[in-house]
Amino acid sequence: MLGIMLPGDKVAMLVLATAVMIIGGLSFFESAWASLKNHGANMDTLVAMGTGAAYVYSIYAMIAGEHVYFEIAALLIVFVLLGQWLEEMTKQRASHAVDKLMGMQAKDATVVRGGKTFKVPLDNVLVGDVIIVKPGEKIPIDGEVIEGSSTVDESMVTGESMPVAKSVGAAVIGATMNKNGSFTFKTTKIGTDTLLSQIVELVRRAQASRAPIQKLVDKVSHVFVPVVLLIALATFVTWYVVIGATFAASLLFAVAVIIIACPCALGIATPTALMVGVGRGARMGILIKSGEVLEAARDIHVVVMDKTGTITEGHPTVTDSIGDRKTILSIAATLEAASEHPLASAILDLSRGEKIATRKLQDFEAIEGKGVLGLVAGRKSYVGNRALFIDAGISVMEFDSSMSHLESQGKTVIIIGQNDRALGLIAIQDQPKATSKEAILRLHTHGIRMIMMTGDNQTTAEAVAVQCGIDEVIAGVLPGDKADHVKALQQHDKVAFIGDGINDAPALAQADVGIAMGSGTDVAIEAGGIVLVKNNLQDAVTALRLSQKTFSRIKFNLFWAFIYNAIGIPIAAGVFSGAGIVLNPALAGLAMACSSVSVVVSSLLLGKANIK
Amino acid sequence: MDKALVVIGAVLAAVAIIWWFFGRRKTVAVMAQQQGDKQVVEIIVDGGYLPSVVELQCGVPAEIIFIRKDRSSCFEEVVLPDFGISTHLPIGKPHSVLVHPDTVGEFTYACGMNMFFGKVVVK
Repeated sequence: MLGIMLPGDKVAMLVLATAVMIIGGLSFFESAWASLKNHGANMDTLVAMGTGAAYVYSIYAMIAGEHVYFEIAALLIVFVLLGQWLEEMTKQRASHAVDKLMGMQAKDATVVRGGKTFKVPLDNVLVGDVIIVKPGEKIPIDGEVIEGSSTVDESMVTGESMPVAKSVGAAVIGATMNKNGSFTFKTTKIGTDTLLSQIVELVRRAQASRAPIQKLVDKVSHVFVPVVLLIALATFVTWYVVIGATFAASLLFAVAVIIIACPCALGIATPTALMVGVGRGARMGILIKSGEVLEAARDIHVVVMDKTGTITEGHPTVTDSIGDRKTILSIAATLEAASEHPLASAILDLSRGEKIATRKLQDFEAIEGKGVLGLVAGRKSYVGNRALFIDAGISVMEFDSSMSHLESQGKTVIIIGQNDRALGLIAIQDQPKATSKEAILRLHTHGIRMIMMTGDNQTTAEAVAVQCGIDEVIAGVLPGDKADHVKALQQHDKVAFIGDGINDAPALAQADVGIAMGSGTDVAIEAGGIVLVKNNLQDAVTALRLSQKTFSRIKFNLFWAFIYNAIGIPIAAGVFSGAGIVLNPALAGLAMACSSVSVVVSSLLLGKANIK
Repeated sequence: MDKALVVIGAVLAAVAIIWWFFGRRKTVAVMAQQQGDKQVVEIIVDGGYLPSVVELQCGVPAEIIFIRKDRSSCFEEVVLPDFGISTHLPIGKPHSVLVHPDTVGEFTYACGMNMFFGKVVVK
C-alpha cells in the first residue's frame, strides 16, 4: 500500500497478515460464524467478510503472481480493534454515573450501642441505631438528628449547592458530608430504603430504558448488514462486469463498502445519549425515569403548576403585623396555643422565634369560622376575623384600609383585640418560594404558557400569581379534579404538570410529562416521569430543558450515524471515483472505527451542553 | 465468459443472502422450568440469543441465566428495558438476571448495541 516491499516479499506479508488475523481477528470470525448459523449478522460479520475477502484474494494473487493486499486485511483488523478500544474507553465515561453514586457510600459508621461506641460496617447498621458524626465526616446513612447541630454539604446526592443547616429533628441523608459541627442521629432507613439507593435504582432503570424512537432504529438494524452485503455484491458486479475494472479493483471497492458500513454507531446513538443525560440529571437532583419521558418533553408548551408546596412554601407564615408587635403576638400566641387551626402554627412559630411569652389563659372559646376568645392575664381578648369583632361589638374601622390592602395581596388577616378595642393585625400567607419567581421567569423566556392550579379561592390565587409572574390561574380546584383539568388542557396542547408526588398522583399520571416534587428523603414516587429530589421549581424547569436537550442529542446522534453510512457507502463503492474521491479499504476501516467513537463523544458533550 | 459466471454467481449469492437472512422461520419458544419458588430458564449467547424466545409464567419470580460464549463486544451488555435491567455479561460464566414478571405480554430485550434481539413472553 505504501509502496514499500518487505524482505521475503509476499511470503513475509502472508505470514505477518496471518499472525494479525489469528491473534486479532479470530474473535470476529468466530462471532460472525455463530451469528450466521442463527440467520443473524452484525458488525463482526462485516469485518470478517471484508478482511476475509482481502486475505483470501491476496493468497490467490500471490500464487498468480499479481499484486497482493495482505496489508489491507491486517490494517483493517488493527483499525477495528483500535476503534473498539476507543469506544470502550469513551463509553465507560458515559456510564459511570451509577458506579460513582454507589461509590459515594461510607464504609462504616460510629454507632452507640449499650452506652459503648463501636465502628460498625455499614451493612451491619440497624434502623434505630444511634450514630455519632464528627466534623468533616461523611454521614453514613439516612436518619434524624437527635442531638447537636451542624451544616451539611448535600450536593453529591441532591445537587443542592448551598450547605444545609441541621438541628434536632432534621433529616440527614447518607453519603452527604458533614461540615463543622458534630451531632448524633437515629438511623431511619437502611439498605435499599435509603435515598441514595432509591436514586441509584431510578438511574439504573432509566439508563436501561428505551426511547420510543429506538423502535425505528431497531427496524433498520434488523436489515442493515444483509442490505450492506447486497450493496457490496452490486458494487462488485457493477465495477467488474459493467465498467470493466480488474477483479482486484472491483473487489477492493466491494470490501470498502462492507467495511465502511457501521451498524454500531446506529445502535449506540440512543443508549449513550440517554445514559449521559440521565446521569447529568441525577447529579443535579433531577431523576428522569425513562427514555419515554425525553420524547414526551419535546413539545411541551403548557406547564401547569400546583400552588401549595410547589410554588409556595407549603406552610403559612406571618408576613406582616400592624400595632404593638409584642403585645398582639403575646395575646395571639396565648389564644392560638389552644387552637388547632392551621393558621395557628404560623403565629406560634413566630412567637417562639421571637421568644414572646404566652400569658395565663382562662375561659377559652373557639367559634367556628370566626376565631377564638378568652381571658388572657385576666383581660377579655379576641383573635379572629371581622365577623368575630362585629359579634363582639368592637369597631375595626381604624384597620380597615390596612386590612383591605393586605387581603388584596392574597394574605389572610387576623385581628387582635382586647378589652373592647382592636389592637392590631397579623397577616399570614403561604408564601411563594424565592426560587419560584426565577423559575417562572425562565419558563417565560422559553415561551411556555404557565397555569397555576389551586384549591384556594380566586382572590388569593390571583394575588400569588401576580407576585410570581404567572399569567393564568385555575382556582377552587378540588383535589380529585386536578387530573380532569389537565386532560381538558391536553385537548389542544402537550401539558407538563408539576406537583406533589403523593397528593397529585392522578394529575401527574395524566400529564404528558409529570414532574413530582420530592420530599428530600423519599424519591420512590410511582407517578410522574421525572422526580425532583429537592423541592425547587427551578429544578423542574431544568428537568424539562435537560429532557429536551437529551432527546435532541439522540436525534442528532441517529442522524449523524445514518448520514455517515449514507455518504460513506457511495464513496466506498466508488460512485465519486470520477471526481477522484475514493476510499482505500484500510482507511474505510479507520473511518468505521471513528463513527462509533464520534457518536459516543457527541453523547459525552451532552454533559456540558447549556440547559439554562 | 467469466463475467457471465460472475453475474450468475452474484445473483445466486444475493438470493442466498435474502433467503438466509430474511426468510421466514419458525421460532420455538422455550418455557422456563419451575425450580422451588422461582422459574428458571437458560439463554446461550452465541451469535444471538438461543433460545430467542422464552416463556415465563406471570406472577412467579424468574431467573434468566445468560451464558455468554460469543466474544463479540456486541454481546457484552444485555438490556431488558421493560424490567429495568441493563447488565454486563462475562464471557464463559453463567450470569443470572432476576425479574418479576407481573404483567402479561411480550417484552423485547436486546444486546447493548441493539443489534441482536430476544423476546420474553409472559403468560
